[in-house]
Amino acid sequence: MAQLKTDPESTTPVAVDALYAEADDWHVNAGGQTIHAKRITGRWRTIKWAMASVWLIYLLGPYVRWNGQQAVLFDIPNRQYHLFSVTVLPQDFWMLSLLLLFFAILLAVMTALVGRVWCGFFCFQTVWTDIFTWIEERLEGPPAARRKLDAAPMSREKLKVRAIKHGLWLLIGFLTGFSFVAWFTDAPTLWWTFFTGQANGAAYITVVLFTAGTYVLAGFLREQTCFWLCPYARIQGVMLDRSTIIPTYDEHRGEPRGRVKHEEGGERTSGDCVDCNQCVAVCPTGVDIRRGQQEGCITCALCLDACDQVMDKVGRPRGLIRYASLDELEGRRTSRLWLRPRVWVYVLILGLSLSGILYGLTSLAPLELRVLHERAPLFVLQSDGSIQNKYTLKILNKTHESLAVRVRATGHDDLTLVGAEQPIATAPGGVTPATVFVRIPHQALKAEQQPILFQIEASRTTGEQAATERESVFVGPKPRPD
Amino acid sequence: MPLLETTMADHDLFPGENNTGHVWDDNIRELNNPPPRWWMQGFWLSIIWVVGYSILYPTWPIGDEPTPGLLGWSQIKEYEQGVERIEAKRAQFEDQIRNLTADQILADPGLKQYTLASAKVLFGDNCAACHGSGGQGNPGYPVLADDDWLYGGTTAKLAETITGGRQSLMPAHKAILTEAEVDTLAHWVVQMNETGGEGGSEAGWTLFKAKGCVACHGQTANGHVVDLPNGDFIGVGAANLRDGIWRFQPGGYESARHTILYGVNQKDVPETRSAVMPAFAEPAGKLSEQDIKKLVVYVHSLGGGM
Repeated sequence: MAQLKTDPESTTPVAVDALYAEADDWHVNAGGQTIHAKRITGRWRTIKWAMASVWLIYLLGPYVRWNGQQAVLFDIPNRQYHLFSVTVLPQDFWMLSLLLLFFAILLAVMTALVGRVWCGFFCFQTVWTDIFTWIEERLEGPPAARRKLDAAPMSREKLKVRAIKHGLWLLIGFLTGFSFVAWFTDAPTLWWTFFTGQANGAAYITVVLFTAGTYVLAGFLREQTCFWLCPYARIQGVMLDRSTIIPTYDEHRGEPRGRVKHEEGGERTSGDCVDCNQCVAVCPTGVDIRRGQQEGCITCALCLDACDQVMDKVGRPRGLIRYASLDELEGRRTSRLWLRPRVWVYVLILGLSLSGILYGLTSLAPLELRVLHERAPLFVLQSDGSIQNKYTLKILNKTHESLAVRVRATGHDDLTLVGAEQPIATAPGGVTPATVFVRIPHQALKAEQQPILFQIEASRTTGEQAATERESVFVGPKPRPD
Repeated sequence: MPLLETTMADHDLFPGENNTGHVWDDNIRELNNPPPRWWMQGFWLSIIWVVGYSILYPTWPIGDEPTPGLLGWSQIKEYEQGVERIEAKRAQFEDQIRNLTADQILADPGLKQYTLASAKVLFGDNCAACHGSGGQGNPGYPVLADDDWLYGGTTAKLAETITGGRQSLMPAHKAILTEAEVDTLAHWVVQMNETGGEGGSEAGWTLFKAKGCVACHGQTANGHVVDLPNGDFIGVGAANLRDGIWRFQPGGYESARHTILYGVNQKDVPETRSAVMPAFAEPAGKLSEQDIKKLVVYVHSLGGGM
């Protein structure tokens, strides 16, 4: 940062000029310049491919079968979400909020510990762009050749190369969209219905949007997405701290930069950085890591590979650019991972949300009961002198079979349950409403309100008993003061 | 000195700085930082989109009506199509209901559920104003959620009530009975109500029978002229005096006395009780036979159907 100084005596407004100088210094690529990054091999490149392969789950996951059905199927028309042998209904969706909390905190904890690893290694924008540029390099050659081709006038050869490239990009875009849709419908069937025009309209629209989105975002917008579209890049500043390790240029070691000279016995006057610019050449977002932590850096660590290769060649130790924290760089003592309170808080939240999800998944009851107490009227006096309350039972049957549900009500010795003499037939995977009445003789009522417990149970074909209960209230007239 | 002083780019005081050539107060200048390219492209695309939209959809307010648009879309048309779709879905249920009696609908859980949902609107439009949103009644208007029925709570009787309406009559006894007799009868009604019909005084019973109350309120004062073996009854809408449910609020001695003195629906008695239910069937009312059938099922299920 430029130092801002104002001298009241001086007629030269130093502060303003410093601001302009800085603005001029920080050139921003607003999309006018295509980044053609050099691809090199190395340790981080390998790790990057390994991490990116997580996305194979997204592409291949829909084809995994489980008990003759699609293992993971988000069946939106039927409001049923199948996860292997578990079926989750919209009523269980509180678990989704815990899942979202888990991943949100996971993102925060990873960023706090090791920076934007999500951006650099896992984000679909990064991974798909990486694959798109890999195709580009196969077809058009290294960065210099690509720049030359960009500048060249259209020719038969250029047209051919470009057509193949864009065709492949669109194909990947299509596969991306198709795989997305496949999570929501039977995947093998989709391959048939999609190409015979029988698939759902929403499927076609989704595939078209995904194809276009992937093609534009990974083919053209690329790092511009990270710069201008993604909010995460903007909020990362509050997640990092002094002990976060991120790809860092060790300026104490590197500066001042200088070309390798044949030293003649004497001491070297320059630092380890030989100013070869390889770290910039390999950067997929076109930033210069030597300018420190910046918004454009997605921490993909490819510059580490580039710099290490150069250091090997010039015979200097590796790690001029390395994963390091600000504390380490400034020579402060770095605290151990488990001594940082932040880590404990994050781990606690992660543990709580995860155990909530596990609890939810293991305690999915086959039956669920909601009881709505009628409020207009709260109660009526019957001609036999009893007080009657009306209840709507909402019975959710989460099993795959029709269940005959028996209803009981307890809470008062003299109560009569009317309307549930016969078991209530409930359809699988849905809510069945039923109206019941509870009557209690007026004289037997001691309080204006009292709890009533509704219990339901049903026998499954497996012989198991499914049962659940729910408390409601019985309301009567105010007892006479006597 | 002008507030805004600009210098042209050809004598730029800060050459090579990527400014627009606009300089204020000697050294404040406007740098040329255009929005990201994708943003500008989106901006132009959205303008193109507006042009396309205005050709396809109603847009320009020219004359009384906006330009119709090539697609011929309108909000009311979309609404009508939506209504058509929902009517088509309902048709299968409506057709089944048309050929069934109210009792048959009540016996079929699926159809009953449909009918209740459908009749909720009818009840709200036609019945709730007097009888309350849940049939909880209002002063002067009977509760529909209990099992105390002046004219009977079977589906047939309910249909009859909604179709033709009801208007009962009770003579005013101010000129017929002495003040003491009215007092005795009013107390007797209160006793009967509070004890389930067991605690009425002898004097009251004697008057009840001698003065002709029995003709409408029935031998046992339960409001039934003739009890039928199937549990139903023949009646003229007289109140059941044996249960704790009062036809006219707030109930108790004063209410009973007032009703005895001035009667119900007496033309020439200004203080008389008013108890009129209008006819709801076409053409006098506005409900079709199908609507009434649904309402019968609804009212029957409120809590007191017989």
